[in-house]
Amino acid sequence: MSTHSHAHDDHHGHDHGDGASHGTFNSYLIGFILSVILTAIPFWLVMDGVLDSKMATAAFVVALGVVQIIVHMVYFLHMNTKSEGGWNMLALIFTLVIVVIAVSGSLWVMYHMNINMMPKMDHEMIQNFG
Amino acid sequence: MFSNPDLLHFIFGRLSFDSLPFHEPILVVTFAAVVLGGIVVLGALTYFKLWGYLWREWITSIDHKKIGIMYIILALIMLLRGFADALMMRAQQAVSFGDAQGFLPPHHYDQIFTAHGVIMIFFVAMPLVTGLMNFVVPLQIGARDVSFPFLNNFSFWMTACGAALVMVSLFIGEFAKTGWLAFPPLSDIVFSPDVGVDYYIWSLQIAGVGTLLSGVNLIVTIVKMRAPGMSMMKMPVFTWTALCTNVLIVASFPVLTAVLVLLGLDRYVGTNFFTNDLGGNPMMYVNLIWIWGHPEVYILILPAFGVFSEVVSTFCRKRLFGYSSMVYATIVITILSYLVWLHHFFTMGSGASVNAFFGITTMIISIPTGAKIFNWLFTMYKGRIKFDVPMLWTLGFMITFVIGGMTGVMLAVPPADFVLHNSLFLIAHFHNVIIGGVVFGMFAGITYWFPKAFGFKLDAFWGKMSFFFWFVGFYFAFMPLYVLGLMGVTRRLSHFDDPSLQIWFVIAAFGAVLIACGIGSFILSIVTAVLKRDQLRDETGDPWGGRTLEWSTSSPPPQYNFAFTPVVHDLDAWADMKKRGFVRPTSGFMPIHMPKNTGAGFILAAISLILGFGLVWHIWWLVAVSFIALLGTAIAHTFNYNRDYHIPVEEVVATEDERTALLASQKA
Repeated sequence: MSTHSHAHDDHHGHDHGDGASHGTFNSYLIGFILSVILTAIPFWLVMDGVLDSKMATAAFVVALGVVQIIVHMVYFLHMNTKSEGGWNMLALIFTLVIVVIAVSGSLWVMYHMNINMMPKMDHEMIQNFG
Repeated sequence: MFSNPDLLHFIFGRLSFDSLPFHEPILVVTFAAVVLGGIVVLGALTYFKLWGYLWREWITSIDHKKIGIMYIILALIMLLRGFADALMMRAQQAVSFGDAQGFLPPHHYDQIFTAHGVIMIFFVAMPLVTGLMNFVVPLQIGARDVSFPFLNNFSFWMTACGAALVMVSLFIGEFAKTGWLAFPPLSDIVFSPDVGVDYYIWSLQIAGVGTLLSGVNLIVTIVKMRAPGMSMMKMPVFTWTALCTNVLIVASFPVLTAVLVLLGLDRYVGTNFFTNDLGGNPMMYVNLIWIWGHPEVYILILPAFGVFSEVVSTFCRKRLFGYSSMVYATIVITILSYLVWLHHFFTMGSGASVNAFFGITTMIISIPTGAKIFNWLFTMYKGRIKFDVPMLWTLGFMITFVIGGMTGVMLAVPPADFVLHNSLFLIAHFHNVIIGGVVFGMFAGITYWFPKAFGFKLDAFWGKMSFFFWFVGFYFAFMPLYVLGLMGVTRRLSHFDDPSLQIWFVIAAFGAVLIACGIGSFILSIVTAVLKRDQLRDETGDPWGGRTLEWSTSSPPPQYNFAFTPVVHDLDAWADMKKRGFVRPTSGFMPIHMPKNTGAGFILAAISLILGFGLVWHIWWLVAVSFIALLGTAIAHTFNYNRDYHIPVEEVVATEDERTALLASQKA
């Protein structure tokens, strides 16, 4: 892989255009070690019950998951602001926008319906809600 | 042997002799007609020895032009099926008043309205849109094919096999009775224990694979394969709308796939994602499916906007007014289409803040759409307008779509929606935008690019007849539904008690008959064009005085589209080349590197169809066998390294010399 990457980097813009770089042994190793650490911490948090509150544990695990995603994108998918002439970054931003809209929107909508549609809903709550 | 119920159950799953609908006279007659027609067609194919030709030239073809044409043929065939459903519904509602029960029992009527919706959206509108994009986009950007030609063939056959599975449900078992989005809890196993919803799930999953892959394919094609000099802001508007549509496909279809997987799990293995108890929540299904569903309507309409942009500038002999505002409006619509989904369920019980937010975003989305309408109007202003058939469809669209858009803004007001939700007003609204927008757009597109695809124009007389039948028929068919909806008549009813409503339904049924004449006229315009092809022949390659690159090559284009990749200097590249006195090169040709045909896509899709059938009927041995066969074929295909060839230079020279001679005879 690494020998090929030199050859590729030197020949910008004929058949393939500015493709993504292919990474080096070191970058793969750094990515691998970071992933292992980021996987081990959540296991440790959950199995040893390090944090008292379950909510805090869950929030931590989700946050580490997000960091893990970034590590994978940078070290394994070789994403940066320049790869594929910026198209990769644009696609990522668009994906993030859509995911944020869909997830936060669904949470908001379903939370609202839960409150308004529960069998024991009292009249006062509806009035306060508007 | 046949007395052993366990063995029979193992072999046939849920399928039994009773699954065949012998008790439905309508279906028996239809089946007989299909069998007879099928025998005639298959016999003719055998008699004229066309099987080899079909297999070599079409079924295994990875030429984007032929795949595009096959998509459109699929869509037109499915249009006939979907429209037959529409006619039956209109007839039933026109007669089923008071003591009269009409000719359709409720359980059959429910299948018909479900099948009508599913077929018209997934197997008519989607293949029309995908087919046009497939045919036009590589030609417009000066490319020789799409980025992944084999994938393109595979995508088409997956879509076709999804459609085939829906058609199978007509004669073996039954289709869903749930409405076109199959909301739980009605679509859960408790309330729909039969195979209808399973047919729905698997046909959409199979077709969905095709849709998603063709979306990826076209995005990559547009991003990576544009002719040199064609920057993003020099791309034709149709290509821009195709790019945005495919971005929407890639971002939204996975949501549909996921939500149908969850529904399938509920039905097959007893999970409780969308059940009423055990922590399930059917409202989540409604929420998720509309996160896909709203972008879906923009997936359909954006390419139609692209067609109108091309048609208006061509037939007004002017550059499109406000090109960059058109592009930005398209991009804004792409993003905004993800922010409005809740307007499909204002009445489900969200509070005022949620409803207000989504009501306002919905009204905002009408702004870029309105900007587009003004751009088209300003393009026409002081243009030398030629009223050819594509232009007629465009004018019909501008009138009809504006009305549909305005009733849409009415529905976007949450308090008004509480009155109009699920009424015939809603039905009238979305038919107004889908027929007035998507269908008119696709007919405009087909008429516009037909000479490019086949080398002769469609017959103008029957084309005009088709337009006027559709246009007038639409108003007769759907304006009564607005009236009925305002009076409070809800959708999906097979019987009415109030005889004073009947006259409106009779008018609507008359409108449906006019639309049937419109469809008939369209078919006639193709038939007459084939018969009169020598008079209608386009020998220049540019029959309308076009402005974009597809008109610079011959009609029909050679397999390789362009002998030399064109170089683009300006927007409307071909108009620019004509203005600067472009001389077509007649020598210096090179061999052309092209992908090879393969049957793998067809075989994979056919196995998927069998897999889907096995899953619907719980024939588990068939599922196992076909699944393994699917994996095996896919893996085997990856070992096929014999995928490309070079068109020898002699062949290129011969093709191009023929065109040179033809063009010279034109001038003489």
